[in-house]
Amino acid sequence: MFKIIQKTIATGIVTTKYPGEPAQISEQFRGRPSFDFEKWKDARPATEVCPTGAISVCDEGGSRRVTVDYGLCVFCGLCAEASADQAVRITQEFELASADRRNLVLTAEYSLNTDRTHRELRAVHQRLGDLEEDVESVGQKARKNIQKLLKRSLAIRQVDAGSCNGCELEIVALNNPVYDLERFGIQFVASPRHADMLLVTGPVTRNMELALLKTYQAMPEPKVVVAVGACGISGGIFGKNYASLGGVDNVVPVDVYIPGCPPRPQALLHGILLAVGRLGERLYDDRRG
Amino acid sequence: MTQAMSAFFEALRQKFGAQIQSISTDREDEVYLLVGDSDIRALAEYLRSEFDARLVTVFAEDRRSAESVFFNYYVFERKGDTRYLIVRAPVHADHPEFPSLSAGLPAVNWQEREIQDWFGLKAVGHPNPRRVAMHDNWPDVHPLRKDFPLGTVLPPFEGERHIYRPALGEGVFQVPVGPVHAGTIEPGHFNFAVAGEPILYLQLRMFYTHKGTEKLFEKLPIQKAVFLAESISGDSSFSHGTAFCQAIERAAQMEVPLRALIMRTILLELERICNHVADIGAIANDVGFVVANAHASRLKEMLVSLNEQLTGNRLLRGMVCVGGVRRGWDAVQLVALRAAIEVFASEFQDLVALIDSSESTRDRLEQTGVLRPEKAKDLGIVGVVGRASGVDLDVRRDHPYAAYGRYSFRVPVYQVGDVTHRMQVRGDEVRESLGIIRGAADESLHGDFRAQVPPIPADRCALSAVEGWRGEIIHWIRTGPDNHLERCKIKDPSLNNWPALVEAVQGNIIADFPVINKSFNLSYSGTDR
Ligand code: SF4
Repeated sequence: MFKIIQKTIATGIVTTKYPGEPAQISEQFRGRPSFDFEKWKDARPATEVCPTGAISVCDEGGSRRVTVDYGLCVFCGLCAEASADQAVRITQEFELASADRRNLVLTAEYSLNTDRTHRELRAVHQRLGDLEEDVESVGQKARKNIQKLLKRSLAIRQVDAGSCNGCELEIVALNNPVYDLERFGIQFVASPRHADMLLVTGPVTRNMELALLKTYQAMPEPKVVVAVGACGISGGIFGKNYASLGGVDNVVPVDVYIPGCPPRPQALLHGILLAVGRLGERLYDDRRG
Repeated sequence: MTQAMSAFFEALRQKFGAQIQSISTDREDEVYLLVGDSDIRALAEYLRSEFDARLVTVFAEDRRSAESVFFNYYVFERKGDTRYLIVRAPVHADHPEFPSLSAGLPAVNWQEREIQDWFGLKAVGHPNPRRVAMHDNWPDVHPLRKDFPLGTVLPPFEGERHIYRPALGEGVFQVPVGPVHAGTIEPGHFNFAVAGEPILYLQLRMFYTHKGTEKLFEKLPIQKAVFLAESISGDSSFSHGTAFCQAIERAAQMEVPLRALIMRTILLELERICNHVADIGAIANDVGFVVANAHASRLKEMLVSLNEQLTGNRLLRGMVCVGGVRRGWDAVQLVALRAAIEVFASEFQDLVALIDSSESTRDRLEQTGVLRPEKAKDLGIVGVVGRASGVDLDVRRDHPYAAYGRYSFRVPVYQVGDVTHRMQVRGDEVRESLGIIRGAADESLHGDFRAQVPPIPADRCALSAVEGWRGEIIHWIRTGPDNHLERCKIKDPSLNNWPALVEAVQGNIIADFPVINKSFNLSYSGTDR
């Protein structure tokens, strides 16, 4: 017993202050690739190397439509290496969770030169602004919601619907002393009947389809579903095939999407807190009838 | 061929001359033996009894379009011999059966059934020929046949998912668990037959996370497939990624710069330490020592942050590539590596001392979940679980790869086979890994870290092995045209080791199942692919 106490005191407090303060992360960390569409002279090299098809091009006559889908991105950095002029840069941004799948997709339209490089940027469609609801306010709102509406605790049921287990490692890390999810009154529960939130990793396999559906149905209303990681959002590198149904929203409705491969614990926390907000809205709606 | 090598093959030729059609090798340490028919029972028995050869893995390939037959591949290894011997046996398309080896070699029980399910080749005489890789409610399809398209949309599944063998006897009842478990763990279905508290036997149904991975490898360009390899089993991303890249490098017969080999070695050992320390904490946690787990998970977090600093990703993803590694390390990163390793080493000592000081923890773990050495050998158990039960195997020592030949390390082996010793092996290995990392980090890490990859020729086969933190990982590939693969076989050590869990829980009380299971900590995704 003495040893335990001694060790505990010697270790001190290790819990991160995130989201109250910015996350302490290595300068090497690869977050969201950002695109300087004006500067970008050719999207094809990035498209060719992108392992999951997160970047794609569609040429029609003399014009090109480039699509970037953060819901497919595994943050490998190859697109930045392949693109000249630093038009694609790897940033350290990781707070990418969104309640709207469409927010994770950007498109740019170009006219083309004869060698099929970009001549002129015609339009950019991006709703990324909505993406960047600042995490501190998300955190504060969530705390209020948890206290007021959920009577001080939020219960999460996690389901691995076919993942490689990478996302689970980061979800488990949320409970370590550094991230300590319980400080928000959030805990993981064993039974879907006690759960407010379903946290699902994917891709959803044919063999897990039924178990996922049953778990969802067993949860009381109101409830929210969070799809975790590239595979949970879109099927990721696995996509759809004879054994995989792709993203979670092909099986159950999804409220919040958290990009990453896997999303780091702070990114999960950000997404979970965002989902708490959605749950709060839903509870409020229910009360008003 | 060297002298010793030819003596071994001379013996084989003498005995099986009529059956052996050719012996060929592209690389010294990988020898292919083409035989005339699908019955290799006598050959396998001879290799086992005369040379104490171990059957590493069995898998199939659909070669109907090129050679008008299927082939089964049987990979053998011998103690003290760094070569793999790969027997290639044809299975005719109009007579799709082969004699099963499972009755005498339970180690390949699941793998032969996988061939049945995925290729539609019948393992004749298999003691338990039921489906394993496809659930019982799947239609009659064989996804790894070339004429089965990856994107096939199968109709809704009907009927019973698992047909278990009944549990008979007075007071015996069955407890089904899963596929969704109480904690944040992967899905699988366990069916316990219990008489009161003790477990009589356990039946497992895995493959819930089967996602068509081996088939998908045949569709992706090789450079992109590296990322698929990293997603075979999340906690072994770097080991599987490295195993895959090594296979390609071997097929292309290319040299990887020493600097990259040393960096790979360091990262492979970091992956091992990360997982071992997490498991040690989790085992303690499962018998109620929560504080130990808090410290262990804090230590793991420290290493994961180091991973990020060294590779840009907490799971070491996006670092390994065909030809080496994608980035070198600067002085700042190397200083961080050395510093973190020393802090970790001293904290790890404290953690072990803390756990040792808890008598109640020791009590719960000793003689719990025993896997006897004879059983472990019979079942073909590998890795940490094997070494805790007397199976003295370690790819790093037996078939050196990366830069392992440059460092000396000890391979811990115990005979007791209980949870305590599975934990002990992990603890010992952490210390050995720290030694390897120190040695490697002291080398001068200069020069190229990535070789130019030549065009990869079609129709080359290559086997690659890595000692992942769980145990022996095998990747076998055949290259195709245009930078694609014709076949990629993945064997995660978990596939070997599930039957050992079944064995180890027998007679234990059901309340001890979680800690026994944790002491194995097998990968569902690695098994199911
Ligand atoms: S960072 Fe994302 S978008 Fe860029 S190549 Fe990798 S997966 Fe594709």
